[in-house]
Amino acid sequence: MTDNTLPQADRQKRQLPQVNPVYFVLAALIVAIILQNPAFVEPTGYMNFLKRAAPLAILAAGQVYVIVSGGFDLSVGSVITLVVVGSSMLLNNDPNATWWVIAVMFGIGIGVGLINGLVVCYLKVPSLIATLGMMITLNGVAFMWSGGAPRGYLADSFRFFGRYNFTDLPVIRILPVAVIVLLVLGYALYWLMHRTNLGRMIHAIGDNPRAANLAGVPINRVRIIAFIVSSLSAVAAGIMLGGFAGVSTDVGIGYELQAITAAVLGGALLLGGRGSVPATIAGALTLSAIFTLLNFLGLPQPVRQIVQGLILIAAVAIAVQRRKHTGR
Amino acid sequence: MSAAPVIEMAHISKAFPGVKALSDVSFACHAGEVHALVGENGAGKSTLIKILSGVYVPDAGNILLNGQPVAVKHPVESLRAGISVIYQEFSLLPERTVAQNIFLGRETLRNGMLDMAAMRAETRRVLDLFGAGARVSPDAFVSDLDVATQQMVEIAKAISLDARVVVMDEPTAALNEAECEVLFQTIDKLRERGTAVIYITHRMREVARLADRVTVLKDGEVAARFDMPPVPEAVVHAMVGRDIADFYAPSATEAEIGNVVLAVQNAGNAVLRNISLELRAGEIIGFAGIQGAGRVALAMAIFGQMPFTSGSVTLNGANANFSHPRDAIRGGIGLLPGDRKAEGLVLMQSVRDNGMLTSRAFGNLAASHKSNTHVNLSSMDGLLDRMQVKAASYEQDIKFLSGGNQQKAIVARWIALKPKVLIFIEPTRGIDVNAKAGIYHLMRELARQGTAIMMISSDLPEVIGAADRILVMRSGSIVAEFANGAAETDIMLAATGETEVAA
Amino acid sequence: MSDIANPPRFTFRFERWAPALLLGFALLAYVGIAVGTGQTQYLTFDNLISILGRSIALGITAVGQTFAILVSSIDLSVASLISATAVLASVVMNGNPAMIAPAVGAVLALGLVVGLINGVLIARLEINPLIATLGMSLIIQGCLSAFVSNFVGQVPVEFQVFAYGTMGSVPFSLVFLLALAAAAWFVLRFMRFGSDIYSVGGNKDAARVAGIKTSRVIIGAHVVCSLCASIAGLYLASRLRSGAPWIGSDGVYDLESIAVVVIGGTVLAGGRGGIWGTMAGVMIFSLIDSIFNLAGVDAFAKQVLRGIIIVAAVAFYTVRSKRLAA
Repeated sequence: MTDNTLPQADRQKRQLPQVNPVYFVLAALIVAIILQNPAFVEPTGYMNFLKRAAPLAILAAGQVYVIVSGGFDLSVGSVITLVVVGSSMLLNNDPNATWWVIAVMFGIGIGVGLINGLVVCYLKVPSLIATLGMMITLNGVAFMWSGGAPRGYLADSFRFFGRYNFTDLPVIRILPVAVIVLLVLGYALYWLMHRTNLGRMIHAIGDNPRAANLAGVPINRVRIIAFIVSSLSAVAAGIMLGGFAGVSTDVGIGYELQAITAAVLGGALLLGGRGSVPATIAGALTLSAIFTLLNFLGLPQPVRQIVQGLILIAAVAIAVQRRKHTGR
Repeated sequence: MSAAPVIEMAHISKAFPGVKALSDVSFACHAGEVHALVGENGAGKSTLIKILSGVYVPDAGNILLNGQPVAVKHPVESLRAGISVIYQEFSLLPERTVAQNIFLGRETLRNGMLDMAAMRAETRRVLDLFGAGARVSPDAFVSDLDVATQQMVEIAKAISLDARVVVMDEPTAALNEAECEVLFQTIDKLRERGTAVIYITHRMREVARLADRVTVLKDGEVAARFDMPPVPEAVVHAMVGRDIADFYAPSATEAEIGNVVLAVQNAGNAVLRNISLELRAGEIIGFAGIQGAGRVALAMAIFGQMPFTSGSVTLNGANANFSHPRDAIRGGIGLLPGDRKAEGLVLMQSVRDNGMLTSRAFGNLAASHKSNTHVNLSSMDGLLDRMQVKAASYEQDIKFLSGGNQQKAIVARWIALKPKVLIFIEPTRGIDVNAKAGIYHLMRELARQGTAIMMISSDLPEVIGAADRILVMRSGSIVAEFANGAAETDIMLAATGETEVAA
Repeated sequence: MSDIANPPRFTFRFERWAPALLLGFALLAYVGIAVGTGQTQYLTFDNLISILGRSIALGITAVGQTFAILVSSIDLSVASLISATAVLASVVMNGNPAMIAPAVGAVLALGLVVGLINGVLIARLEINPLIATLGMSLIIQGCLSAFVSNFVGQVPVEFQVFAYGTMGSVPFSLVFLLALAAAAWFVLRFMRFGSDIYSVGGNKDAARVAGIKTSRVIIGAHVVCSLCASIAGLYLASRLRSGAPWIGSDGVYDLESIAVVVIGGTVLAGGRGGIWGTMAGVMIFSLIDSIFNLAGVDAFAKQVLRGIIIVAAVAFYTVRSKRLAA
């Protein structure tokens, strides 16, 4: 029994925690932004950046639940559209309706996530197809609801979450509500993913669903919850986007891909088993920082798309190569 | 036999992280000869063959073909050199026809188009060569064939490749007696044609029937070599070559065996028929049988994965015909799957996460992952320490651990729940010899603490050595029962259906 | 040997008959609704031809998508590529009949390049095909939007023959689609390349061990897929008489081409299926569209139903599988 002492000795010198490279990339980009625009170090500079990035960050933090569980959720963009369009229809310019409209929207979010999850778990439709189908359907619903031409605008009470800033504060001077929402929801999503039984089981079903099933993990329940979390985060993102975007049937277009790109930048493994909420939020901030830089450089909007495509491919390619070399 | 051997492997060594798989192994096979390669599971047979077929590259040593050194670094190079390996898991495409499979990657062309007629004709010719023509149509889909027939397709493929060396890795694992005989006749024909056949097995009957020469591997080294058809006893001695009593844990004493925990009465489903058995606390029951005999189906039925559709199951007297693994686990049944990587482990998660997976699955979803009603981080660490799981850290991904340590982590997963019944399927598959003893002693210790243990294994010596009682299954039924220490041949005969011993 | 002889097993292969079954259902529903709503004037051969004529672009794209899915990959960049090639064709031709040949050449070259890049990303860099082609789609769409924002260029009358010409009462484009499908069937059934596609899609490792150059097969399948999408772009330019950067995404050709391939019985995991199933899938989709028109479903409701039908059609195949979906 000479090896009896081995594990104890080894456990003292734990492996150094590996720092996710996304944080370095984000730091470098922020330095680049500051060099381009020194005003960024002012609270109004970085707070506005965070405020603009908050919806994507929350959306991506929800998306990573589905990615870690082994699937994709491509319906989140259409959920955002539905929330913005549907809220404007329901609010009907009545500020008093804000709270119940928000409640209805979260109810819709639960419904959408539940249907996505049920279709994947019980009809065995791959999540890619199931959520793309949901995307088409929800975009159609948004059109139907608004009769094709969304009207009205969102009441200020509804736009509070995306748009309002607390001002005249000490030190930071300005604190957008969106940043508070990001901190609260970001922490909640972090806690649920990395500090609970649910989070560990989401990792397990994405890693090896057969093994998880034989180990007694309620895989369907866990997977459905992952889809619901993603849809709910899309509702939250939609409410915030409603704060600074206009009411139209294309507000949500492209957000599903941005969310997946953010998760991949944060090191989430496609097809499941590995992924982190904080790193995904950092990935979303990285993507936003890149877009901000492109704006400073005066590059037109379509370049964003090209750059995003390149980042998406490059991030996955690098991850594949790293995994091959390190065996991780 | 004076000519240079067709194939020779000289002084081969190969190590994997944490395991020395082969050290200085030499091996040769002549034309028209069947050379049996025998040894227990984990002795290094599969590694040696994977080196021959170009899947692994050896750390040292070389391969000679007709006396000339060849570099075999890719399966294709091995095929080109005339070496054809038939693995236990077939490499056939289930959705393609027999002819398409036989010509996979080397289709006959005429005018740039596939020459289906020619391929069909050649397939039929090859199948007829060993009398399988009546049994298999070239146009049959492989997914419609049974395992034995699929194996014939694999052999036909080797023949049609004109392979000079054919390697068969435990080809009889899934065959019944009649099918085995067909296979043996096929091998005789190969021998007559001057093919060098390397035949891997651990069954003495097959060695006696087929082999011209025998090489015994043990713990990654050549333990013995017989140039004449040897006496089975000598081979067995070389294969095992250690004190059995020490290797396996001692059997249960009369006093250690308690009351009936699990009782199955006349139960069945689509695969199983008329199953009745009793499992007692403190007892290890071994299940023997050929592949597909229904042993795993029985385990999955008790575990609720493929439930019984008739009959009754009781656990400590209460109804226990579970229809889902979660219910079975709640009732006190645990199961360690046979294919650790595919069914047991969540490879990218830590050792701790693997150990705590099941106890977490029964905790509150929103509760902390650090502790639950069964176990917490430090008690899990204690459990892993006690089982001497070797890992740099329990936070390390479990995929970096050796097979034996991975298996222990899964055992810890169940121990944490203190199950009444624990089912082990192929508990030592892919685990190196030294770690095996650890698993046997662990099973015995659990039994002593009152757990009833079902052990399903294809390794007959293991079943005989580790179990207190042996049930033999065939075609979905339990056909015989043996007390501990039964003879290997008697069990084999019952498993393959030549005699039926009253239970 | 008779005691162990294998009796031929009569396994009813549901998947092989399902597309025909679904097509039968769709036809019945169409006839039923036409009769039920008293619109029997739509039950003619000419009308059937015109129903099919509406799905030419989808059909051409789906032929290519069949190759990608058979080899166990997928292509989500076809919609952007259709837009890009339609615009490219329209801009290069710019109303000048002499420029038709260069335009077609340029379009096919673009398809070839995109297919090669997709294939290399997936086969050599081992990037998840979904991500590789989604990224490619973003890049194409971005490049396109950087230069054009509306209908540009003009397709000369001579080239509009592709979409509007007829052979007797049958549109030329429909004949073209059938010829393309027949060619694809021939390749898959009788050529080495086709056989390799099934082998690689069925079991990549077994194919590699047997000496098949799996990367080349995957790249080849993607080239075919992108070339087909380019041809669909040419067709749409011819039909719309000009190209615009949204015609691909408006037609949802990425998802719909995947959906018709799956409805046609080709499994998403690869290695099983074929072209005629895909053609049946295209007909099913055209019929569903026509049913909506007969029943007077409005455009938005049509979109809602379409999403549901796509998922339901895929579920029709997957629901009986024992595997766990993700």
